[in-house]
Amino acid sequence: MPKDGIGASVKRKEDYRFITGQGAYTDDIDRPGQTYAVFVRSPHAHARIASVDTSAAAAMPGVVKILTGADYAADGLGGLPCGWQVTGKDGPMVEPPHPPLAADRVRHVGDQLAVVIANSAAEARDAAEAVAVEYEPLAAAASIDAALSPGAPQVHDEAPGNLCYDWELGDKADVDAAFAGAHHVTRVELVNNRLVPNAMEPRAAVAEYDRATREYTLYTTSQNPHVIRLLMGAFVLQLPEHRLRVVAPDVGGGFGSKIFHYAEEAILTWAAGKVARPIKWTAERAESFVTDAHGRDHVTVAELALDADGKFLGLKVDTRANMGAYLSTFAPCVPTYLYATLLAGQYTTPKIWCGVQAVFTHTVPVDAYRGAGRPEATFVVERIVETAAHEMGIDPAELRRRNFVPPDAFPYQTPVALVYDSGDYEGTLAAALADADYNGFAARRTEAEARGKLRGIGLSAYIEACGIAPSAVVGSLGARAGLYECGEVRVHPTGSVTFFTGTHSHGQGHETTFAQIIAERLGVDIDAVEVVHGDTSKIPFGMGTYGSRSLAVGGSALSRALDKVETKAKRIAAHLMEASEADIEFADGQFTVAGTDKSVGFGDVALTAYVPHNYPIEELEPGLDETAYYDPANFTFPAGCHVCEVEIDPDTGAVEIVNFAASDDFGNVINPMIVEGQVHGGIVQGVGQALLEGCVYGDDGQLATGSYMDYTMPRADDVPSFTVSTRTTPCPHNPLGAKGCGEAGAIAAPAAVMNAVHHALASRGVSRIDMPATPARVWQALNA
Amino acid sequence: MHDFTYHAAGSVADAAAKVAGGEDAVLMAGGMTLLPTLKQRLAQPSDVVDLAAVAELRGIQVSGGAVTVGAMTVHDAVANSSEVAAAIPALADVAGHIGDPQVRNRGTIGGSIANNDPAADYPAALVGLGATVCTDRREIAADDFFTGMFETALDEGEIVTAVRFPAPETAAYVKFPNPASRYAIVGVFVARTAGGVRVAVTGAAGCVYRETAMEAALEGNFSAAALEGMTASADDLNEDIHASAEYRAHLVGVMARRAVAACG
Repeated sequence: MPKDGIGASVKRKEDYRFITGQGAYTDDIDRPGQTYAVFVRSPHAHARIASVDTSAAAAMPGVVKILTGADYAADGLGGLPCGWQVTGKDGPMVEPPHPPLAADRVRHVGDQLAVVIANSAAEARDAAEAVAVEYEPLAAAASIDAALSPGAPQVHDEAPGNLCYDWELGDKADVDAAFAGAHHVTRVELVNNRLVPNAMEPRAAVAEYDRATREYTLYTTSQNPHVIRLLMGAFVLQLPEHRLRVVAPDVGGGFGSKIFHYAEEAILTWAAGKVARPIKWTAERAESFVTDAHGRDHVTVAELALDADGKFLGLKVDTRANMGAYLSTFAPCVPTYLYATLLAGQYTTPKIWCGVQAVFTHTVPVDAYRGAGRPEATFVVERIVETAAHEMGIDPAELRRRNFVPPDAFPYQTPVALVYDSGDYEGTLAAALADADYNGFAARRTEAEARGKLRGIGLSAYIEACGIAPSAVVGSLGARAGLYECGEVRVHPTGSVTFFTGTHSHGQGHETTFAQIIAERLGVDIDAVEVVHGDTSKIPFGMGTYGSRSLAVGGSALSRALDKVETKAKRIAAHLMEASEADIEFADGQFTVAGTDKSVGFGDVALTAYVPHNYPIEELEPGLDETAYYDPANFTFPAGCHVCEVEIDPDTGAVEIVNFAASDDFGNVINPMIVEGQVHGGIVQGVGQALLEGCVYGDDGQLATGSYMDYTMPRADDVPSFTVSTRTTPCPHNPLGAKGCGEAGAIAAPAAVMNAVHHALASRGVSRIDMPATPARVWQALNA
Repeated sequence: MHDFTYHAAGSVADAAAKVAGGEDAVLMAGGMTLLPTLKQRLAQPSDVVDLAAVAELRGIQVSGGAVTVGAMTVHDAVANSSEVAAAIPALADVAGHIGDPQVRNRGTIGGSIANNDPAADYPAALVGLGATVCTDRREIAADDFFTGMFETALDEGEIVTAVRFPAPETAAYVKFPNPASRYAIVGVFVARTAGGVRVAVTGAAGCVYRETAMEAALEGNFSAAALEGMTASADDLNEDIHASAEYRAHLVGVMARRAVAACG
């Protein structure tokens, strides 16, 4: 094995560029003759647009063009599409129009209704302030409760009662029957708090139109440029794909928020055609708060039925999910197919029913955010399991053991559609408990009590469905696209390699991980490998990066392409060594003829492929460049156990995480250091949700947490150092045996933290506290 | 940011002349509040008079049992001054816990107190220590300087030149930070001085104020036990999405006890 191959903690190849300021992000791109766009956005949560007068603004210095919702409507172009259809009990979901520029009504603070294009950003901003919009403010429904209450203000005329869909999974009568025989029923009410994504790099775009070639180019902060090209070209602007190039260069974090096709991308591209000059737009942070799709925002009531031994008999989950003002690209599937299907957790619960009402509100659209549905499912399952354990006086770890899907039960068909591929839940539980010194907790609690502190410990045995996604499965569930991946391995004449991938790296370290796989397979030096992503003119196709899919799906496409390269290279080697193809073996970059001392290096084979003298052209094409499309056979199912221990200061309500241990099964690991980094970041994000981050809207639909003065992002001193480890059961259905690791921390951590907080507060009679468990909330609960 | 005319003042007198000469001129010290306000287009001054180059406003002097901090001295300089640490360690501690490293290396004491943010840390130190604010026109006792939310006793165009802190017998500052902004939700500065015990509270109300009942309790018995069970009155305390008035009132008691305990 080469030193930088599979399993090595190789330092990230891309980091030199990033930490020396050489990264090239969208806002770093400047095109000749570039103009700047500023959007005119609604200050109201809900209003009728009575008039838009651009005359004063158009006369201001430097203004090139002002375009309004009426201009867009006049061009007869499309609205922003939704990529997933959910069919509820009463038929397909309500899918109201989503104009990229509002013409008649604005439906959330930040909703855009005009764009000003000027020679400088400052001139564009001045002119945008001079666009005179006459609003007729309307009453707003800013929360799930408000939107579902009788007589609530309507977000869309098409959606009576603000209901997008009322969907269910499972047979409710069947589950009710299971409850009828229960020894104990545990009930919890939960709020999965709304989050603002806050990638370090705000969204940005540069669009240009070449009048000579009639080609449009859009540089954008995207996790999936091909998907943007498809959605924007085919559904919104009706531009042919061969004349539309979408580039997602270096992107500074996404967490899901940069999956979606946003209005600004379409409007800039459309406007670039009109002004025939490049246009740049970069969101300001305050703008990001009111335009980037938010995450989570569920309200749930769940009930778990258990027998006298603590075996789970049935689970009922009733959830209301906030869609925001419009359906973002993936929004409808998040609280359904990425949520209800995970409610079996790691357990053999035989009967499960889940009902989900998706609700429109006068707030920013809500869509996938790191974990997307799976953190919400894990929070429900792990909170109710832990609560049941305490109610029944059974140790929470023991209750889980009694209900785990056993290691010999795979593949395991859950009652909620999925088939788990592999896992060792007792193994990850045992490892996490050992690392957390679970058995020593009682002594630590006693010691903490002596210091006046309340100490608690909580578990979260999570599972996620990753490697998104088997096309046939998601297609049957309403996805409007397959979710395979594409990879092209181009071997150059001297043996160096460029890998073109349809996945996209915005912090994940693909340039290193994929290079390690290639180094391992072809025996080349890792520095002889370049990974290219994010440009529709270079990569045949791709679905991008989200859902912990890049290695499991994109890496599998790479593996298949490498198989093809190896097959062809063996034929060339057989020719060079005048041997039978069947006798050629390949290892460590050398082709050998079995049973002889003949060998030829990979580089010589590559050169021969491109300099085909004395080459059987009739039988073998020149070149060594292979493409593979890989469509997974199933989801992958990373799982594990996280254990959190907290101390609470009852005088202030402050919660301190004093210990956090995680044991994760991600299948085979390519780069342990990168995996560890992903887990650390995910846990911090999960801690953020549990203790710090709470997006608050006022009843009037104004965002009360619109800046870092009020919205608490986790900082280094909010968390301790974590103890993380991996235990591997390889994925049995993809060539790398990989499951994915990008979301696990954010999925597992909130339940672990909140179970620990509840455990600590239980001795003081507190039974419910919602996320984020801020000091004020904890103090309030203690003094209620 | 809207356009404005930028002036670099060369001296206090120059700054005073320039700020008087502008139609709607503002002084800029460290710019930690002014610049974000300008960037968000929430203010539109005609002129910005920058004090950064006024050397006479910088520096720390310790003599005769008092610490004098020039108005343009950044927080980091106060936090890391061995002379301040020796004379009034609590003052260095306050400065070292303002904002983040970027703020501490740009923000100044003069800028902070002239802005008088109700959740800023320095006002508690000034009131808690019974400091004196020196301006280009007069001297103002800290007790008289902070007059309301974002309001001070400064007259139009009056420039803070320094703050003089008398060294106390003992003092300490404890704050409970807002988790997001890390301004004080409640910060309490307690000092035992030659003139008596002072308990100054920031963050809780619209303006820094003294908890006189706590001061009285501590006069006879300077110990945390003397404050047992005491809270502030929740009347007129701030209430926002981060903390209720009742919570703030409670925290005043907790932080005061911790500050007394920290006095040693």
